[in-house]
Amino acid sequence: MGNIGLWFRKEWKHLRKNRELLLLAAPGVLFKFVIAYIPMVGLILAFKFYRYDEGIFGSRWVGFDNFEFLVKSQDALRVIRNTLAYNFVYIVLGTVTALLFALLLNELTGRMVKLYQTTMFLPFFISFVLVGYIGNAFLDHENGFANNLLTMLGFEPRNWYFETGPWLFILPLVSIWKGVGFSTLVYYAGITGISSDYYEAARLDGATRIQMMLRITLPLLKPLIIILFILGLGNIFRGDFGLHYFVPNNVGMNYATTDVIDTYIFRALTKLADINSAAAVGFLQSVVGLVTVIGANYLVRRIDKDSALF
Amino acid sequence: MTHAPSGRLGNWIINGFFAVICLLIALPFALVIIISVTSENSLIEHGYQFLPSQLSLEAYQIVLSKPQSLLQGYGVTIAVTVIGTVVSLLLTAMTAYPISRSDFRYNRPITFYIFFTILFSGGMVPFYILMTQYLHLKNTLAALIIPSVLSPFNVMIMKGFLDKISKEIIESAKVDGSSELRIFIRIILPLSTPALATLGLFISFGYWNEWFNALLFIDNDKYIPLQLLLVRTLAQIEFLANSPMAEAADRLQYANFPSLSVRMAMAILAGGPMLVIFPFFQKYFVKGLTVGSLKG
Repeated sequence: MGNIGLWFRKEWKHLRKNRELLLLAAPGVLFKFVIAYIPMVGLILAFKFYRYDEGIFGSRWVGFDNFEFLVKSQDALRVIRNTLAYNFVYIVLGTVTALLFALLLNELTGRMVKLYQTTMFLPFFISFVLVGYIGNAFLDHENGFANNLLTMLGFEPRNWYFETGPWLFILPLVSIWKGVGFSTLVYYAGITGISSDYYEAARLDGATRIQMMLRITLPLLKPLIIILFILGLGNIFRGDFGLHYFVPNNVGMNYATTDVIDTYIFRALTKLADINSAAAVGFLQSVVGLVTVIGANYLVRRIDKDSALF
Repeated sequence: MTHAPSGRLGNWIINGFFAVICLLIALPFALVIIISVTSENSLIEHGYQFLPSQLSLEAYQIVLSKPQSLLQGYGVTIAVTVIGTVVSLLLTAMTAYPISRSDFRYNRPITFYIFFTILFSGGMVPFYILMTQYLHLKNTLAALIIPSVLSPFNVMIMKGFLDKISKEIIESAKVDGSSELRIFIRIILPLSTPALATLGLFISFGYWNEWFNALLFIDNDKYIPLQLLLVRTLAQIEFLANSPMAEAADRLQYANFPSLSVRMAMAILAGGPMLVIFPFFQKYFVKGLTVGSLKG
């Protein structure tokens, strides 16, 4: 007992000594407690039958019923599959295009580089709501440019929003369109950070531009590529809500190929539909998401210790 | 950098490649702008085209003759952006400063406490229930500000910056008898101006384009920010036709409410201005976000 008392007194002294800085941090810490940590407790909802009038703690405990329902309903399996598959495609395609663009951009000098960068960056600045408008300008069944073009070329117009097939291509295309400017610049910044000494030496040895690209730039970028790739994988359970909600315009007929975890949960909340399945899927998203992030970080640590996130 | 003669052809090819890519990236923007200045008759007859048969500013006339909802949207968005950015910057700096001090006994646990929320969260369902059932923030401005007011990423970026501030300045201020709060306000905040400016840019950008919380928490007409106004306009074409704008269309003697062009004109008027302003700060976005995406 005496030990604990001693420890307590010592700690109290530390607390007093650090009280000013502690006070400074207190609002943020309290805020995070309410807004981030309390909802973590709410994850137990996945094991309850939630009723708004009974609250989180008052609602009936149902064990794994929600998960059982989830497996039977197919809907949830579908959104999990869609989330994982689309994110994987976005990560791979995004990395490859951005890397290619950055390498090519690095071969150029002068004013044009800036112009290209700025143009490619434009989609980054608009919200997905506006991307939805752009999508509508192309895909609207009656007036859209895509159908105009198809008709002009002698093809039958299509009901884009009512079909499932086209989204497998449209969504990755929009994802690249929106993000490529930013990711290109991330890699480009990485390339410009490489010391010019390497290139000087290579040039003296008579290396060609392609050789320098493949033997100097790419190997030196490897840590950055791997880290961004793995971090992307770590977030693979987080669906891109904006992309998957506004671009397919939330039309039920295309859910089979557009619905992801986040849009599914959102609908459950706003339409007061099946909040229990949503809670179960959300539970999986949070818990499995944590595991993937930690796993991804573990991999990064093994490859390059300094680049690990934690 | 000088290139060998053989490189010049390569340069042409690469330039051509980027010219095509940039054109493809920019064309979607052009289409929306063109639709907004195409006459409704032309739209109904030929659909959306890059080269319309008849131009017209009728859509803008109608939107601007009854600008209430647009102005209100701007009002809400500006209020949320300004209040949100100021509060967020202050809270971020206040949280980041103590954990950047290596002599602060609790810097490690608090850093972990903040950082952990990046890795793990309760997700949308509990958060929604917390905000609506327990904090009762549905249909309030606070619902648009609070969810993102203290981003752990921003705290890490700020901490990364503060880590570089010389400890001697702080030490000597302490010797002179300054309190920690005074040091924070008088020394740390002024020294952090560059970091605060960059972070302020991200934060205001985030608030300006925010639609998610509006979608979740706003369903009355009073606090509709621009982005939610756009969501509603896109989701239901009748939304505009039933608004005061329809009256204006009547007055301007249009047989039918030109909903197709008005919709795109709304998109331009609500989203356009920032698309012109933000690119000027592109450099800072890249600088700050690269740091953020790697290490705080």
